Amino acid sequence: MTAPAKAKAAPLAELKGDLAVLKEKFGDAVQPAEYEGVVIANGVLVEAARFIRDELGYQYLSSLTAVDYIQEGYFEVVYHAYRLEGGGPLVFKARTPRGVATIPSLVSVWPGADFQEREAWDLMGIRFAGHPNLKRILLWEGFHGHPLRKDWKEPYYEEEHKPFSSRWPSGHHIRAEDRVFWHDNVQYPLDWDPDQAEDTSDEWLYIGMGQFARAETGERVEPKSLRTERLVVNMGPQHPSTHGVFRMVVTLDGETIVRLEPVMGYLHRNHEKIGERNMYLQNMPYTDRLDYICSMSNNLGYAIAVEKLLGIKPPERAEYLRVIMAEFTRIVNHLWAIGFLLNDLGAFFTPALYAIEERELILDLFEEAAGSRMMCNYMRFGGVAYDVSDDWIARAKELVYNRLPRAIEELDRYLTHNELIQSRCQGVGVLPPDLAVAYSTAGPVLRASGIPYDVRRAEPYSIYDRFDFDVAVRYNGDVYDRYLIRIDEMWQSLRILRQALEQIPRGEIQAGKKQYMMRVPAGQAYGRVENPKGELGFYLVSDGSPNPYRYHIRAPSFINLTALNEMCKGHKVADVVVILGSIDIVLGEVDR
Amino acid sequence: MDELHDLNTMPVPSELRNNIFITTIDRFVSYIYNWGRKRSVWPMMFGLACCAIEMICAAASRFDIARFGSELMRPSPRQADLMIVSGTVTKKMVPQIVRLYNQMSEPKYVISMGACATGGGPFKEGYNVVSGIDKFIPVDVYVPGCPPRPEALLHGLLKLYEKIERQSVRSVPWYQRGESEAIPVPILGPDLIDPRRLPEIRARLGELQAQQGSSPESSL
Repeated sequence: MTAPAKAKAAPLAELKGDLAVLKEKFGDAVQPAEYEGVVIANGVLVEAARFIRDELGYQYLSSLTAVDYIQEGYFEVVYHAYRLEGGGPLVFKARTPRGVATIPSLVSVWPGADFQEREAWDLMGIRFAGHPNLKRILLWEGFHGHPLRKDWKEPYYEEEHKPFSSRWPSGHHIRAEDRVFWHDNVQYPLDWDPDQAEDTSDEWLYIGMGQFARAETGERVEPKSLRTERLVVNMGPQHPSTHGVFRMVVTLDGETIVRLEPVMGYLHRNHEKIGERNMYLQNMPYTDRLDYICSMSNNLGYAIAVEKLLGIKPPERAEYLRVIMAEFTRIVNHLWAIGFLLNDLGAFFTPALYAIEERELILDLFEEAAGSRMMCNYMRFGGVAYDVSDDWIARAKELVYNRLPRAIEELDRYLTHNELIQSRCQGVGVLPPDLAVAYSTAGPVLRASGIPYDVRRAEPYSIYDRFDFDVAVRYNGDVYDRYLIRIDEMWQSLRILRQALEQIPRGEIQAGKKQYMMRVPAGQAYGRVENPKGELGFYLVSDGSPNPYRYHIRAPSFINLTALNEMCKGHKVADVVVILGSIDIVLGEVDR
Repeated sequence: MDELHDLNTMPVPSELRNNIFITTIDRFVSYIYNWGRKRSVWPMMFGLACCAIEMICAAASRFDIARFGSELMRPSPRQADLMIVSGTVTKKMVPQIVRLYNQMSEPKYVISMGACATGGGPFKEGYNVVSGIDKFIPVDVYVPGCPPRPEALLHGLLKLYEKIERQSVRSVPWYQRGESEAIPVPILGPDLIDPRRLPEIRARLGELQAQQGSSPESSL
């Protein structure tokens, strides 16, 4: 083990450009923060956020997360806002003492902050004053404590950081069950009364929905219209249409949806807590399991975030391999998404069978390159893990030039002009462009609503600035356009793949030598990539030790769900299934 | 087949040895019954996490689970014979899984697919992860891997066939007298509570409270 780095005074961010404007406008309420961005006083936070959105033009709130600075004694909430024309972020922060832990909510400025603030309340225990529905989101109501606080310990807690001394270097460990009091992964507060053991988590949910229904029925019903009753219906977490363990509670008026509340957390695997115990490299295989259909592009996002801190750049060949893998992943994901959208429409499994036929061939390539079909764990900081052979390139070309265009064309031919698909999808689940931005949606959902925002173009990473491709955009914002945009994006991915496979040079695949335990300089970084499902961001805070101090994931599926209620209102239950399918969520990423 | 041809103990004329078939009713019924049943094990359409994707791949054209008669994924637990626990079991989800298991009609089997369902896997240390589904429901076959390849799942299915083959109609639990008991559904309190352990928890917490006096900050 290496000794922790000496604490140095962190450099304050220089206030240039828009940050300087912000400082000028709000005076002493805006102070430069360490490393990047500004700290805004809580009193003017909402006003300043509105100023940032309307006057400075940072309309898109990409990420909101909290960090527990336990030694300094405060929580910090970090916001990353972007301009839709592209360019870097405006980073602003708000602080609250640990004892108070209250910060004004920004839901009134950016509705997309809704779920992210609930997550920060759930895991970090920060109250957002003025939030309309501040309930736990990933855990259940009644859970003891807020797990991401640095002084909260999980039942199997062993040490603050890996490698645990029981495993390395001494090399023996005891089963976790044998170490803990209850011989299981549980802990109970000492003042808890087991006689009160009953599950109240659902009660909270239904009380919320019930109040809503009562308030609504308080209005007089038109005397001549048919009297209908409001009904609260539960869908999931075990439901064939929810793509995993997602749950929705819908309030119905007859068969029409009045309100829908997504309930999640059924796959909350504590990625961030485990990630803060892990060393930097140990997190790489965990990122595979975020969006488990797109492990390669998750790897890329994490590698880019850490490389920002390390300040290294991978060699040319590695950059090309990264782009090739990421674009193949996009095709895999979109084929899967379209196949299972058809499942949701009722064409059970046959279209999906055809759609995932080519996926297997791409997975074969991944397996040869990385050693695993799905959980590739392929990227490294400053490169990739293994090189590929010439034969691999030849087979990839065969796929890209012959097989994949045929497969996409086949989908296009059978589905795009299919009357049933058009009548089920057109005009369903419409998300207007202003709402798409306000709800912080990303990826195909945002671009199908007429906003041509693609991180590959807006803030190019890796070597995407070299390739010739178009940002696909559609303008109706309905389910049909979200389907079409996936077809468009696959064609664009093929274009990028053709260029990358022709241009890939020979050479090194790793900058410097391979390192297991790396020392990452202290700092903060937000690395983001355009994942098939939308913008995937990693927010890292390093204190100079071999483990990340804070490791947060901005998951596109999770934030896209914020807009689900808006899209579903006024539609029928059967349409909910289709709308959810068109957002294309993966629960590993929603719940993390 | 061998156990059915128990010819060594029976005096059978040599010319008849190829023509008769000696068994007990129990064995014969079990054989026919198991032979029919093992080739049409219907899994529940139920995916938890990453492993579910490999389960879908096992059902798709390349691996084709239909070769083994298990392609009919039933969305309802009442029509399913087999629950494939495919993925990480979280504390928030486990009450639902136990409820689904209770709703399945007998005979019912469980395959624990992947490292997470078997023992917590890479996420074991997480505060919201159950250290293996077998802490709550009985598991017949464990399939290792993270995730297991579709072939591995098919292998697990074949192992389940072997297990079904060996079962006797006389001794299997679901043909005994009386009703089989449902597994108590876990409760979400301050942490996950297994109702079967409640008396123990009550006793030990009481002891501790008496020793230390309750302070709201501490927990065990």
